Amino acid sequence: MAYVAIADRDHEHELHDPHTFITKYVWSQDHKVIAIQYSLTAIFVGVIALLLSGMMRLQLAFPDSFSFIAPQDYYQFVTIHGMIMVIYLLTALFLGGFGNYLIPLMCGSRDMVFPFMNMLSYWVYLLSVIILLTSFFVPGGPTGAGWTLYPPQAVMQGTPGSSWGIILMLVSLGVFIVAFTMGGLNYVTTVLQARCKGMTLMRMPLSVWGIFIATILGLLAFPALLVSAIMMTLDATIGTSFFMPAVLEAGMQNDHEGGSPILFQHLFWFFGHPEVYIVALPAFGLVSDILACHARKNIFGYRQMVWAIVAIGGLSFIVWAHHMYVSGMDPYFGFFFATTTLIIAVPTAIKVYNWVLTLYEGDIHLRVPMLFCIGFIFTFIHGGLTGLFLGNVVVDLPLSDTYFVVGHFHMVMGVSPVLVVFAAIYHWYPKITGKMYNETMGKWHFWFTFLGAYSIYLPMHYLGILGVPRRYFSYGPTEFIPESAQAMNVGITYSALFVAAAQILFFVNMFMSLRGKKSDPNPWGATTLEWRTPQHPPKHGNWGPSLPTVYRWAYDYSVPGAAKDFISQDEPAAPGAEGFDPEHPNG
Amino acid sequence: MSSAAVAGEATASRWGSVVEDWSAEKQTFHAPWGKAMMWIFLLSDTFIFSCFLVGYMHVRITAQIPWPPVSEVFALSFGGDPIPLILIAIMTFVLITSSGTMAMAVNYGYRRNKKVTVLLMLATALLGVTFVSMQAFEWTKLIVDEGVRPWGNPMGAPQFGAAFFMITGFHGMHVSAGVIYLLVIANRVRRGDYDKSGSYETVEIAGLYWHFVDLVWVFIFAFFYLW
Repeated sequence: MAYVAIADRDHEHELHDPHTFITKYVWSQDHKVIAIQYSLTAIFVGVIALLLSGMMRLQLAFPDSFSFIAPQDYYQFVTIHGMIMVIYLLTALFLGGFGNYLIPLMCGSRDMVFPFMNMLSYWVYLLSVIILLTSFFVPGGPTGAGWTLYPPQAVMQGTPGSSWGIILMLVSLGVFIVAFTMGGLNYVTTVLQARCKGMTLMRMPLSVWGIFIATILGLLAFPALLVSAIMMTLDATIGTSFFMPAVLEAGMQNDHEGGSPILFQHLFWFFGHPEVYIVALPAFGLVSDILACHARKNIFGYRQMVWAIVAIGGLSFIVWAHHMYVSGMDPYFGFFFATTTLIIAVPTAIKVYNWVLTLYEGDIHLRVPMLFCIGFIFTFIHGGLTGLFLGNVVVDLPLSDTYFVVGHFHMVMGVSPVLVVFAAIYHWYPKITGKMYNETMGKWHFWFTFLGAYSIYLPMHYLGILGVPRRYFSYGPTEFIPESAQAMNVGITYSALFVAAAQILFFVNMFMSLRGKKSDPNPWGATTLEWRTPQHPPKHGNWGPSLPTVYRWAYDYSVPGAAKDFISQDEPAAPGAEGFDPEHPNG
Repeated sequence: MSSAAVAGEATASRWGSVVEDWSAEKQTFHAPWGKAMMWIFLLSDTFIFSCFLVGYMHVRITAQIPWPPVSEVFALSFGGDPIPLILIAIMTFVLITSSGTMAMAVNYGYRRNKKVTVLLMLATALLGVTFVSMQAFEWTKLIVDEGVRPWGNPMGAPQFGAAFFMITGFHGMHVSAGVIYLLVIANRVRRGDYDKSGSYETVEIAGLYWHFVDLVWVFIFAFFYLW
């Protein structure tokens, strides 16, 4: 077949050439500007969600002391906190933010394949965020159905926001999915079709692999959420009965008949479980690259890492019902899903072993990004191990809907990805801004966040084993919960408020460093292409007159016989220092 | 050499070329960017329609009231006895015919026959409009004459109307969007945009979408009307 690397057809694709401030920085089609727009918006809503969790913690530690937190407010905070963190922060930040920034730079492309659609993606995402935040200002406020939005209660009177809030929530999700699809199609097509000369799939940095597979998961999983959102909107507005059975609502027979709430749970978790990996896979990829770079060592088992990402992506579609063991489904069904859940732990464990083995005998530089990555390995192992408890039907039954679950998923898909987000922001901050952040402040930020996260979530596991149920506004006199549990709640709240406040360090560091000292074009000695742009930070079009050519994989660190302790991907092989070719591992 | 060995070798080389395609330093798919992206979009859209159909099957199986007799509901009489599913049969025929005209349009496009390409695309769009109009007629008949509503109907389970309006409505929106899409592309063909750029692949990309929408209708036809 003809050789059609995109590098040979570079001239065929005219770059959109912006001239005014508005087309450069507002209605921009440059993937780097779009990435920053996505990231800032996502971090902005993330801060809102952080504040909401602070309010929840205040209520849990000091029940009945705050007049501004009524029971319905508490449920609204729970719901919007979860929804923002999972979808509007993490999904948007990893794919819209890091995906947009890193894919074209790491693959050696000029931009995404369809920059205009990429731009639309951001503005539609912003619209979905605005719709979500609008729900705070409508009668009844945002929905308080919990982030899983289970019917029938999500659309029934008595649930906060059952009139306006739930509809705005569903519409916002629908708009978000449109935005994600426009961006996601771009990311996947760019990775498949627009890599530069020499960049084979098996030479791509693992960051790109993680984001690539996560985007495919998104394109196949979000349809289920879209369909369930459409069905529930119809149930809530014009009175169809997809999910709504005939039940008593405020003492009266409701207008629905024969709907199936379980159908919603299946559709929701068919989206919801891949969603966990939509957040996790980019994190896996970014961690792999940052670890290898700061340990000055090639990633251990590159091909295993790639196939593990692919395997996790595939398996993530057949584990969804492990979220539904207590829904009353057939126990044989649960048995199947427990098995697949344990199988998915195998490729995940391979990745963890390989990260640890990458560190083994490495020349470890404990810079801020590295600290966050090592922190991630800890939190991810802890979150993963508690996942084994919850993945087994018999162990899950008593732990279901307790604080054990809260501790588990915050550890595995809250703290872990967020630590990677911080690692990646610190790692690529010099590339994005051209400036270097303050190292000391970054280290303080790491230790406060890392130790603080443990002091929040480890006690929650213990509370869960005591049987403390989650999503309760207050507990009152409950016999099986000892008094000491409340003391623990107070402690958790102090930690949570402290960790939240510690994030100010991060923001101050980021803003102050914008005027700080200039950074080297490749301060970490990293091998990947984004550190080799002719301008620093890279300008529109990324590569100047001609695209780079890639000669090697992304992990040639400390190659014996080489002049430096790293060889960039676009450096031709020097005699005696060819490095390692993952496609021909035996030479 | 035995025939089994030959077949085995052929399979091996087929897979070998797949591996080669995916591991070579070139575009993974031998296709323009737009076409690759359309295929990926259609894969995603397949999941949307699959979720709709699976959801519909679920509510149909779990409905507590019997499902209305579909072939009677969708029967139409022309003076004599009612003929079951006659309108749907005509609609299906129209849509599949439009796939034929679309395929011919793509063919004439690659032969640089601008005039015939435009005419065939307009014919495709016209058949699409016919399909949507017949759907509008079907909806009107159900709503006005039979009293079917999304929240209930006199013949049986309320999920019948809900699933019907939702799925055919979503598909009808796809057809309508396709008609607009075809008209836009046909206009560009008429203006000679693709003679300038030297490639009629955009016509084929529009064709991919159109065939997909037709294919989805075949599944809706099978699962909703024939079940």
